[in-house]
Amino acid sequence: MAKGRILIDVERCKGCELCREACPPDVIALADTLNSKGYRPVMLLDPQHECTGCALCATVCPDGCITVYRESVPKPQRKRKQPAYPGHVIPVAA
Amino acid sequence: MVTLEPPIEQLPCENLIYSRPESLAEIQTHYCPGCTHGVAHRLVAEVIDELEIQERTILVAPVGCAVFAYNYFDFDSAEAAHGRAPAMATGLKRVNPNSIVFTYQGDGDLASIGIAEAIHAATRGENITVIFVNNAIYGMTGGQMAPTSLIGQVTTSSPTGKDAALTGMPMHIAEMMAPLPGVVYSVRRSLHDARHTIQAKKAIRTAFEAQIQGLGFSIVELLSSCPTNWKMTPLDAAHWVRDEMIPVYPLGDFKVAEPLQNKNRSA
Amino acid sequence: MSKELLKGNVAIAEAAVRAGCEAYFGYPITPQTELLEHMSKRMPELGRVFLQAESEVAAVNMVYGAASAGVRVMTSSSSPGISLMQEGISYIAGSEVPAVIVDVMRGGPGLGNIQPSQADYNQVVKQAGHGDFHPIVLAPSTIQEAIDMMVLSFDLAEKYRTIVFLVLDGAIGQMMEPAELPPMQEVKKKRPFWALSSQEARRTNGELPQKNVITSIHLGAEALHKFNEHLQRKLAQIEANEVRYYENYMEDAEVAVVAFGTAGRVAETAVKTLRAEGVPVGLHRPITLWPFPEKRLQELADRVKAFLVVEMNAGQMFHDVREAVGREVPVEFLGRMGGLIPFPTEVEAEVHALWRRTEVLEMHRP
Ligand SMILES: Cc1ncc(C[n+]2csc(CCOP(=O)(O)OP(=O)(O)O)c2C)c(N)n1
Repeated sequence: MAKGRILIDVERCKGCELCREACPPDVIALADTLNSKGYRPVMLLDPQHECTGCALCATVCPDGCITVYRESVPKPQRKRKQPAYPGHVIPVAA
Repeated sequence: MVTLEPPIEQLPCENLIYSRPESLAEIQTHYCPGCTHGVAHRLVAEVIDELEIQERTILVAPVGCAVFAYNYFDFDSAEAAHGRAPAMATGLKRVNPNSIVFTYQGDGDLASIGIAEAIHAATRGENITVIFVNNAIYGMTGGQMAPTSLIGQVTTSSPTGKDAALTGMPMHIAEMMAPLPGVVYSVRRSLHDARHTIQAKKAIRTAFEAQIQGLGFSIVELLSSCPTNWKMTPLDAAHWVRDEMIPVYPLGDFKVAEPLQNKNRSA
Repeated sequence: MSKELLKGNVAIAEAAVRAGCEAYFGYPITPQTELLEHMSKRMPELGRVFLQAESEVAAVNMVYGAASAGVRVMTSSSSPGISLMQEGISYIAGSEVPAVIVDVMRGGPGLGNIQPSQADYNQVVKQAGHGDFHPIVLAPSTIQEAIDMMVLSFDLAEKYRTIVFLVLDGAIGQMMEPAELPPMQEVKKKRPFWALSSQEARRTNGELPQKNVITSIHLGAEALHKFNEHLQRKLAQIEANEVRYYENYMEDAEVAVVAFGTAGRVAETAVKTLRAEGVPVGLHRPITLWPFPEKRLQELADRVKAFLVVEMNAGQMFHDVREAVGREVPVEFLGRMGGLIPFPTEVEAEVHALWRRTEVLEMHRP
């Protein structure tokens, strides 16, 4: 399995958790902090590098706040827009 | 403190698998957490990107929770009167035959106040696409009963549950549209989980392809959730779509005209 | 070009075609149906859009759609159909797209009848839909005038991005008169900058333009207030520029008959007869019902001793005349309803009576 990573637009996330339910390796969790809108956003909690970049989380996200990366790409990709928001580092209690 | 290793920024961008579609504007939606209007918007935007028709697409937004849909898409848009989107889209498409015109309508908008406009646009075989979001309730006005509400469903205007004897049985739009001669594509999909969402996107794509090919009227009914007005968590609402709505509103293809067949096998 | 004998509804339809109308959407209703029928033949001949809608509700919303694309578009109907169109009319006004509506008025309320009437005055002039707006309302009284105003309607609609109503009644719609049609204008190639066409088509120097949005929603109270202020400024501009009326024998008149449309024709006949008898009477016929020739009536009120308003309704424009004229000068009303058209002799009798009364009043004035 290729390794993957997701990038979450924390400010856009409304914490609905649909992505959490969709995630096969179960590496998405609610953050302990609130974003500026007062929602508790989700974050990638993946110490074992289990994320495969399957993009199911992004598929169900109502707010389009997930960007997905994968280590190796099997087929050529269409032009994709780079996200406009900065990288994601959510401080959470270990 | 948990941070990511290695930092995302250092991943090579060729490996970008998924990001927000171009046709979706950057602005944040006003939808409640977990509302699948947002999913439907994103799927439409993805399809429009993939078909490379952003520059010639025109949205006709409804009156309903999606009233501001024109803010969320990045192409020309109009805001119709409640239920009249198919008529407005007809006017637009007739004078702009090269544009890709679609309406995005809720169940109150399409199945109740706008049923005449929808059926006649369909009957005429108007070469437009309809994205029909069935959430079994009037979302925008605070959760009143819709023609698509389920029997027994408690809403703010059916406090003891929807009563068939009083207000009739749920309305099956995808099935109703299918036999109309002008309709080339009428299917029902659901947005309650990832697998079904992927299928919904394929259907939306086929519906737009039908329009690009000039075949006639295409409609995709999307079973959608309304956590706030159903008074559920987003996850419970998704399960309610799966467990309560789908048995009443079976997913499937009710009409797929010949040129569109083999493209997209059913749900 | 020379004059031909033309039926009102057909003449209007052909005038619209020649004004470069690119799309027509409508629903049959007497007494305007010939207009729709003419369009059903002519528009496809010219490769333009004709569509018989499923209802007036749909028709006006199709107009809204085509208007959003910036083309010359129209619909036509009669009173019950206009009632149904009010929703769409309000949306069109709220999103400031140009559209033209012909109302061949008939008797009401309810199904009423199909006889000539002017009972839509309030509906069209005062409250053509919910919200604060007025369409421009043109009221011709001859077929030639109707033809000329059909062309003008499209120009005004575009100039102000507004709805223009051409109101007539079954009498003008159904009668035949010699008139001259305008020259043929081609459909405009270029769409206005605000229109929903295709972003691709609006591309300049390779740059994609901003998306265009046609909408009438302004959720914030401040925002909607601002928009309404803008709308009111536009309406004030129309009021300043576009008032139109016709007068005959007004220079030295002491009694003014005020009437529009068919009632205006009847009144003119009566005025001519009365003048031959030596009664100093004149005709003021508003052509724009909105903007209303209020200032002109105020001017007249300074020198005219009495007004008679003649309408084919229970007295709707009457109130506007009353308001313009003030309380000093008497304003009388002669009305017929239900599809009756007042006879010139009735107008004459009314003017005679009014004239006598004002003479008597004059004598008693200190
Ligand atoms: C003529 C008219 N009647 C009623 C309303 C009030 N209204 C606004 S949205 C709506 C129902 C929307 O429900 P639906 O179409 O199911 O969309 P949702 O909000 O659930 O997405 C109603 C009744 C209106 N705006 N206009």
